[in-house]
This record gives sequence, structure tokens and C-alpha cells, in this order.
Amino acid sequence: MLEFFFGYLSLVIIIFSLLVVLSKNAIHSVLYMLVMFFHVAGIYLLLQAEFLAAVQIIVYAGAILVLFLFAIMLLNLREELSAEQLTDGWPASLAVVAGLLLTLMLSLGGFTTTFNGSWSPEKIKEITFTKALGQALYTGYILPFEVASIILLVAIVGAIVLAKRRLN
Amino acid sequence: MNFTDIHTLMPEIVMAVLALAVLLSELVIRRKETVGLLAIVSVAVTAYFIPTSFGTVFNGMFISDGYSVFFKFIFFTCLILTVLISSRYLEIERSSHGEYYALLMFATLGMMLMASAGDLIVLYLGLELMALSLYVLTGFIRHEYRSNEASLKYFLLGAFSSAILLYGIMMIYAQTGTTDINTISSVLTEKKATVSLLLSVIFLLVAFSFKIALAPFHMWTPDVYEGAPTSITAFMSVGPKAAGFAVLGRVFLVGLYPLQINWIPLLIGLSILTMAVGNILAIQQRSVKRMLAYSSIAHAGYAVIGIIAGGNEGVSAMMNYLLIYMFMNIGAFSILILMRSEDFLGESLDDFKGLAKTHPLTAGLMLLFMFSLTGIPPTAGFIGKFYLFKAAVGAGYTWLAIVTVIFSAISAYFYLRVVIYMYMHEPEGEAVSLSGSPSLGLALLISALLVLFIGIYPSPFISFARIVTG
Amino acid sequence: MPGRYLPTEYLPVAIFIAISIAFGLGALIMGSMVRLRRPYREKLMPYESGIDPVGEPRVRFSIRFYIIAMLFVVFDVEAIFMYPWAIVFDKIGLFALIEMIIFIVILLVGYVYALKKEAFRWE
Repeated sequence: MLEFFFGYLSLVIIIFSLLVVLSKNAIHSVLYMLVMFFHVAGIYLLLQAEFLAAVQIIVYAGAILVLFLFAIMLLNLREELSAEQLTDGWPASLAVVAGLLLTLMLSLGGFTTTFNGSWSPEKIKEITFTKALGQALYTGYILPFEVASIILLVAIVGAIVLAKRRLN
Repeated sequence: MNFTDIHTLMPEIVMAVLALAVLLSELVIRRKETVGLLAIVSVAVTAYFIPTSFGTVFNGMFISDGYSVFFKFIFFTCLILTVLISSRYLEIERSSHGEYYALLMFATLGMMLMASAGDLIVLYLGLELMALSLYVLTGFIRHEYRSNEASLKYFLLGAFSSAILLYGIMMIYAQTGTTDINTISSVLTEKKATVSLLLSVIFLLVAFSFKIALAPFHMWTPDVYEGAPTSITAFMSVGPKAAGFAVLGRVFLVGLYPLQINWIPLLIGLSILTMAVGNILAIQQRSVKRMLAYSSIAHAGYAVIGIIAGGNEGVSAMMNYLLIYMFMNIGAFSILILMRSEDFLGESLDDFKGLAKTHPLTAGLMLLFMFSLTGIPPTAGFIGKFYLFKAAVGAGYTWLAIVTVIFSAISAYFYLRVVIYMYMHEPEGEAVSLSGSPSLGLALLISALLVLFIGIYPSPFISFARIVTG
Repeated sequence: MPGRYLPTEYLPVAIFIAISIAFGLGALIMGSMVRLRRPYREKLMPYESGIDPVGEPRVRFSIRFYIIAMLFVVFDVEAIFMYPWAIVFDKIGLFALIEMIIFIVILLVGYVYALKKEAFRWE
């Protein structure tokens, strides 16, 4: 049963990722990406990461895609839409992506499938993922957590500095 | 973590708090030079907490040792010099905003976290903090297309390299079950060097090569360095580059040390290619700013030799080289800023024609920095290269040292061409009017004095670097 | 191995999604099967409250939307961090409170900055 769901989700993710890249209309790309994000959330569910599944939908499908849409609407893509090919650098991109795929395939054999550390799947199942995440994040990983807030702050400052019409 | 260990994190905490204060001060302070002054004071306050910061917190996630402290010293000096050369320049570019100084401080905070990172996650977050601030700073001259374009290019390639870094971290994690650099090292000593391990090493190497601009991952550097505000180019080519070397050293010489025989040939190849690309392409440049960008690529190729040689000797030579490079490079960029005035770009080689006749002092300083970048004694550049060669020969890479000497000789052509233009050519058209300011003069004075001082009396710096790595 | 446990507690959610997709598609399909099709020019025009449509449907958005969307994303992520924090708050206690106060204060600085820069005002 697990294998069936995993197979379905992966297949849809691969097909829709391809559609995102191959579609000529940028708005369609964003909509394909929406479908893809929902299925990625499904993968998180299979990995017991319920909270991440929710984050995937709230932040990625909800907020980031809206930002994508704004970015597309900011540009005037009318000429690009009628063009035969959006970019002419695709053979190079294909080579890079194929190389990346090959590398990851080759290295899959070395990955350990057993768990390591204090958070076993059984333990996470018992206390639920969100609690486990909270305990790890707010005891061991305080430093990355606080640094993350500074990164978010820089994102605010950056957006205003670069996009605000008058700065003073 | 106990609150008794807070002293280890104190410099970062103070830096973060003061950066926030500087950001808020922008809202109330009218004169933006004052904000710059606040940034300098903040660095001094932060530096005060450095001597008591030694230790390790969060189960090895954050390490404050001699190695990181030396790099933080470089970052602080770099930040101070950058602020000094910026204030007048930003007015000329009509981009004098206080956010500039706050973002510089946030970038420095990211670099401090990188130098102290004992865990790949902290390393990544520090790197992102630094990179995000730099993307904004690169595009800081908002009304200039060149600056906008540089910012966008830098962002796209930077995001790409971050993705590669994350792939590398993921693959290392999948095979060792940890992101802690020391634990990775102990897990790897018991493992064989499998294909997948080597591939993850390559991913990490590629990501770091992007950040420190090693060829063939240097493509972004000339355009970004040319388009960015000159003061930011000076900053980027020194501080973030040193931070990249700090993590390269920590990850490869500690975490991936068990695989050393596998990655050394790769690093040697990158180093030679970088020196070749940087030095040979610099010859064709007519713009001095772009020439310095290629020169910065070449110098990264030299500094990598310190990591190849490894050991106390190699690492301290690399650290010293980065320190010396900071003074001579910021010095050279300060001259470019001095040449820039409201209606004059002052970046082309032709603008330097006959400078010795019209402005002998400026020409003399430029001569000093060019000699130092070439590595001619008695300047600091010579000392930096000398100790790198010594480390390379000591580790058995005599041939690599010889290759480096050959490329250094090639580099003399384009560095000394600037000198020839200044001293051998007659001035053309109107005389260049310099836009000096007391703070820029101070930055030039500090850089020039240290280039000479380290060149004549290097032993305190050399022994300092040896002690902290020992 | 794709995970170890089947998230059976999410079965109702899956059924819910399936029903809503079936409902949406079903309504469209049913409609197309039942309705008459007599198209003419006015009927095929885009509906703009009875007024003749002007210009292109794709208008260029103002950059102002971008700043607002960006600020929204940042504060959205901030809010996300509070959820697992609230769940483990009773276990970690005062320490967690201090952490979260630091986190919020840092972003509060960003908020004050954005407010003073009039980033929320439509200029």
C-alpha cells in the first residue's frame, strides 16, 4: 500500500515538474507547480512529517506561488509568449540536469536507510511529529532558529531597499 | 546550553543586536555618515567580546577557536575599511541610505557564523545570511542598470550554488547520519571512499568554489564585481571570500579530512585552472575595475594552495594571505573610488594616463598596491606568496609552487601596465579631479601602512596565524 | 523504503479531496452534457459586468504588490514557527518563551522598519 501511494505521488511529481519546465505559458507553469506542491505534501505525509506537509501547502502552495504569480505579472511576457522557445540555452540546462540526475542515481547506493540518533520512527509515531520537531528545534537547534529570523529580517529590508519607490 | 556558556556566543549576539540598532537608527538619523560611524563603533564593541569568547556551544554546533577568531579579525577590519571608503562614494552615486551599513553588518554576522560553524546547518544559514545581504548590496545603486543586472546575476547564480551546497549536505547526511563536522570526520575514517561519498565531496567542492570564485565556477565574478558599487566590490572580494575559505578549510581539512587523498587532486586542478583563467583574462581588460575582478579570481587560486598543502603551515599561510590580500585589494579599490566623481567614472585604464604628473601621491599609492598585488618585495604581497610557496614546498608540491610563480610573472604584465600608464604616459584632456574625503584618506593610510609594515616586518602576523592554528 | 507507517489518520482528508475534485469535475461534465449550445458573438465575449471589455486581460502589475507579497511571505513563515513552539511550550517552559521573544523581537524590528518606511502605504 505504501509503495502504491509513493509510486503515484512520485509519478505525478515527475510529470508535473516536467510540465512546469516545458510549458510555454508562465501562468500555466505556476498552476502545474501548485499540483506538484500538493503531491510533495503527500510525500511528507508518508514520511510521518505531517507538519511539513501542512507547511508545504500553507507556505509554498499558499504564499510562495502567489509571489510567483506577482513576479510573472510584473513582467510583460507578451512577446515571450509568442516565441517558439522561451530560452535558447536549454541544451546546456538539459546536460546539467541529466548530470545531476545521474550523480544522484549513482550515489543512492551509498545512502543508509537505517535511522541514526535519538528520533526513531517509532518514537515519532508515538509522540507525533510536530511535538518531536518542536522539541528538536527549540532545544538543540536554537541557534539555527534565531539565525533564521535574522535571515527573514534581511529579506524584509532587501525587498524594501530594492523595490520601494522612494527610500527616504 | 547553559547560560554560563553565553560568552562564547557573545560577539555574535552583540553584533546582531547592534546591527538591529543600526538598522533602526537609519530611521531617525538624517546624516547617513553618522550611521556609518555607528557601524564602526559597533564593530569595536563586538571585537571587545572576542578575547573571552573561546569555547564550544550547542554540542559542537558553534565553535569559537583560534581559527575562527583570526577570520573574524579579517571580517571586522574589512567591514571598517569598507565603511570608511563608502560614505563619500555613496553620495556621489546618490545612494546614501543607512540600510547599506546595516546590511554590511548583517553580512558580517553571516560570515562570523560561517567561520565558527561546527555544523553544516549553521554553516548553510550563515552563508545564506551573508549572501542575501550581498545580493541587496550589489543592487544598491537602484537607478543604475549595471548595478541591477549585477544583483540579479549574482542572485541567480548564488541561489544555484546554494542548491548545490544543500545537495552536498544532504548526501553527506544520508551517508554519515550527521551534519556535525567533527562527527562526519570520525564516521568517515571508518568508511571506505565509495563513489557516492566522492560525489558528495564534489558537490560541496563545487558549491564552495562558486562562493570563492574558483574557475570554472567563476563566470559570475567579472560581471558582478564590475556592476556592483565599487565599495561593495572591495568588500565582496575580501570578506565573503575569506569566509568561503574559512568554511572550505573547516569542512575539508576537518570533516572530509579522511578523504584527503581523493580531493587534493581536484583542488590542485581547480587551483591551476583558476590561476590560468584569472591571470590570462585579466590581460585583455581595459577597465581597471574588471581587471581587479579577474585579479581577485587569480588570488583565490593562490590562496587555495594553503589548503592543498594543509597542516599548520599551509592553513596559516592561507590565512595570512587572505589578511594581506585584504589590505592591498581594498587599497586598490579605494584608489578607484578616489577617481570616481559626479560625472566621471574613472574606471578605464586610459583614465590613469599621466596620473603621476597630476596627482603624484595617488599614483604613488596605486603603485604600492599594484606592486603588492604582483608580489614584489618589500610589499606585503611578496610575504603572502612567499609563505604560501614555503608551505607548498614543505608539503611536497614544489612543482605547484613553480606553476604559481609562472602565473605571478604573467600577472606582473597587467598590474604593472597600470603603473606604466600612470608614469610613462602624458595626461590626456582635462586633469582628473579626485573626490577625496577624510575617511577615504584614513582607509588608504591604513591599507598602505599595513601593506608596507607586513612587507617589512611580517613576523608578528606570521606567528599570530601559526599560534591560532596550532 | 517509502516511509514506515501509512498515514491512515489522513484517510478522511483524502476522501474529502477526492469528493471535492469529483464534485467540481462532475458539475462541469454534467453541465456540458445537459445544456444547449447556441453560441453567438456577444455570448462568447469575456464577461465584464455587461460592459464591453477594454484592453488586454493581462495587465502589468505594479511593483507595489511585490513588496506586500514579500512581507506577507516573511510573516507567514514567522507564524509557522510558532505552531510547533506552542505544542512543546509546556515541556520546555521559560526557555522556550525567551527563545520566541528573541525571535519575535528581531522580526518586530523588521516590522517597525517597514512601517516607518511606509511599506504598507499605497504611494
